[in-house]
Amino acid sequence: MTETTALPSFAVWKFASCDGCQLTLLNCEDELLALAGKIHIAYFPEATRAVAEGPYDVSLVEGSVTTPEDAERIQRVRAVSRRLVTIGACATSGGIQALRNFAAVEEFRSLVYANPTYVATLERSTPISAHVTVDFELRGCPIDAGQLVEVIAAYLHGRRPRVPSYSVCVECKRRGTVCVDVAHGIPCLGPVTQAGCGAICPAHARGCYGCFGPQDSTNTGSLAHRLRLLGMSEQDMVRVFRTYNAAAEPFRRESTRLEEVSTP
Amino acid sequence: MIDSPVDNTTQRAAGSAVVVGRAGLQTLVDVLATRGYTVLGPTVRDGAIIHSKITSLDDLPQGWGDTQEAGRYRLRRRGDDALFGFASGAQSAKPTLYPTSVMLGRRSRNGNGAPTSVGTPPADAGESGDGASAGPYALLGVRSCDLHAIGIHDWVLGGRPDAGPDPDYERRRRDLFLVAVTCGDPSGTCFCASMGTGPRPDRGYDLALTELLDDQTHQFLLEPGSPLGANVLAQLPGRPAEDADLAAAHQVAQSAAGRMGRTLDTDGLREILYSAVNSLVWEDIAARCLACENCTMVCPTCFCTSIDDTTDLTGTTTERRRVWDSCFSSAFSGVHGRSIRTTVASRYRQWMTHKLASWIDQFGTSGCVGCGRCITWCPASIDLTAEAANLRAERNGANGAQASRALRRTT
Ligand code: SF4
Ligand code: SF4
Ligand code: SF4
Repeated sequence: MTETTALPSFAVWKFASCDGCQLTLLNCEDELLALAGKIHIAYFPEATRAVAEGPYDVSLVEGSVTTPEDAERIQRVRAVSRRLVTIGACATSGGIQALRNFAAVEEFRSLVYANPTYVATLERSTPISAHVTVDFELRGCPIDAGQLVEVIAAYLHGRRPRVPSYSVCVECKRRGTVCVDVAHGIPCLGPVTQAGCGAICPAHARGCYGCFGPQDSTNTGSLAHRLRLLGMSEQDMVRVFRTYNAAAEPFRRESTRLEEVSTP
Repeated sequence: MIDSPVDNTTQRAAGSAVVVGRAGLQTLVDVLATRGYTVLGPTVRDGAIIHSKITSLDDLPQGWGDTQEAGRYRLRRRGDDALFGFASGAQSAKPTLYPTSVMLGRRSRNGNGAPTSVGTPPADAGESGDGASAGPYALLGVRSCDLHAIGIHDWVLGGRPDAGPDPDYERRRRDLFLVAVTCGDPSGTCFCASMGTGPRPDRGYDLALTELLDDQTHQFLLEPGSPLGANVLAQLPGRPAEDADLAAAHQVAQSAAGRMGRTLDTDGLREILYSAVNSLVWEDIAARCLACENCTMVCPTCFCTSIDDTTDLTGTTTERRRVWDSCFSSAFSGVHGRSIRTTVASRYRQWMTHKLASWIDQFGTSGCVGCGRCITWCPASIDLTAEAANLRAERNGANGAQASRALRRTT
């Protein structure tokens, strides 16, 4: 990456995450093959301290910020990136590891590690957007391959990504899935969750788990009322709002409210 | 294909109607298939009535009925052998005639970078999951409410003088063969009787079917509504209908009309909505509405779409698709990258006011045919008939928002 090249350059960076979103990228090989020789992709795994010089046309960032080093590293990534796109629930909302935000990190650090003093970790797991300006956030745990290709295509050709922010229910209706909530009484987070997965879970007679985070017009209080009618306890509702996008603001607010009403 | 309305209030004359048994009904399915139609009829799938491809009467939901309430749908066993003993299914004819996603065009760039059209878009069955390839379709078992919804789309999409026809809709509609069905067992959310759209099909069909089922007999009255329908009917084994058959069919519809689960008082409703711009009822609804768009997706008359343009990764091919959209999404009112209907209250108000008021000014009819789907399939159990009553109560001096909350406490 030292020579000057006319090819658009992409860099993929990893922060605190499970690699699932990068795997999605690798699974797009058929689509990406069409780009062979047309773009340059550089990978920077989490362990690498180095930040290659860049600049990069587009940086794809996976993972959340959980350590003081990462809080610094993301600043340097931003500095060498023309566009910065975060991919996945960790990078866009803090991920499942943001469950720490609801507890005292010190306590489980000393429980989990033999020598907790060697573990430098932050109190909270935060999304990339809490640290630097982000040009586009691609949701999902993991991200959807089709949406990733769409975002890459959009930035390659200088247009805006076409990624909707409406609810999962729209995808259910488009694919002709019978609503599992209305027809079967199965609790479903679809009405408050952003589309993108193609409504996979309802198509398999499961309620939506909220992997893509809150849709753009979220009424979590009304959905909680519905979940209550379907027989869910407040404690269970706290749990369903606290998964991959626990720290996304509408979900965080709702789970905190439910926790307050459930603990007298 | 559309003829003038038939008088529904009085019993019809026997005329050219025919009565067939189960074998005759099977022949109808076979004749339509032989004539090249893909026959779509009601089937049971995933706990609901869904229109799918059928080849035999065995595919129909024999003995199934439904229970529908606000935010709740359940199939139930009827205890008889009725083939059409349920009310409106999970979707109307909309996904067939106006699919969720239709390719409008695709263009490619050749080696020199010049655009080349790759021809007309392929026939597209959409993503509606009806399990069938592109038409021509014969729709068996279309309810009267849905028939009226098709009539509305024929006007809105099929060629008003002030707007040309939608070519894709026109192509699908032109070849459609419609077998309508008289509803014998309306659900808890039906209110076609209030809207004057049912329960007995009165126009716009090729054949109208009424199931006549009692302890002794299981027969189907078939009435032609178009020359093509009469032509098909002539191929079926049956006997000419007698006055007693017509009386029995009339009785089925009369009884159904008296058992509607909902009512909507349409008297002066347009004016009530127009004067309700600042009503507190909208805020009260917004406290419950999830802005999930289910109501608009299942509504047989909602027709809003948006245009999706995409390029592929290499930038050589672009595609334009027309996809279902909804006034409940924030992007739908996006102007220069910002939504102008930021509150859910303003979106529900837009939807209901268009449906029940401005639709009349725009297209000459109400935009609601009383099918009840938006009520049944709303995960927040919001009921437009109840909200219309609240707006009316508010206009009459009561506190509509309070009435709305009180109503919920009792249900
Ligand atoms: S199954 Fe869930 S996501 Fe699908 S329409 Fe019903 S509530 Fe919405
Ligand atoms: S507004 Fe509701 S009841 Fe009326 S036609 Fe649409 S879905 Fe059916
Ligand atoms: S009225 Fe019901 S179905 Fe329609 S957007 Fe609101 S919650 Fe969803």
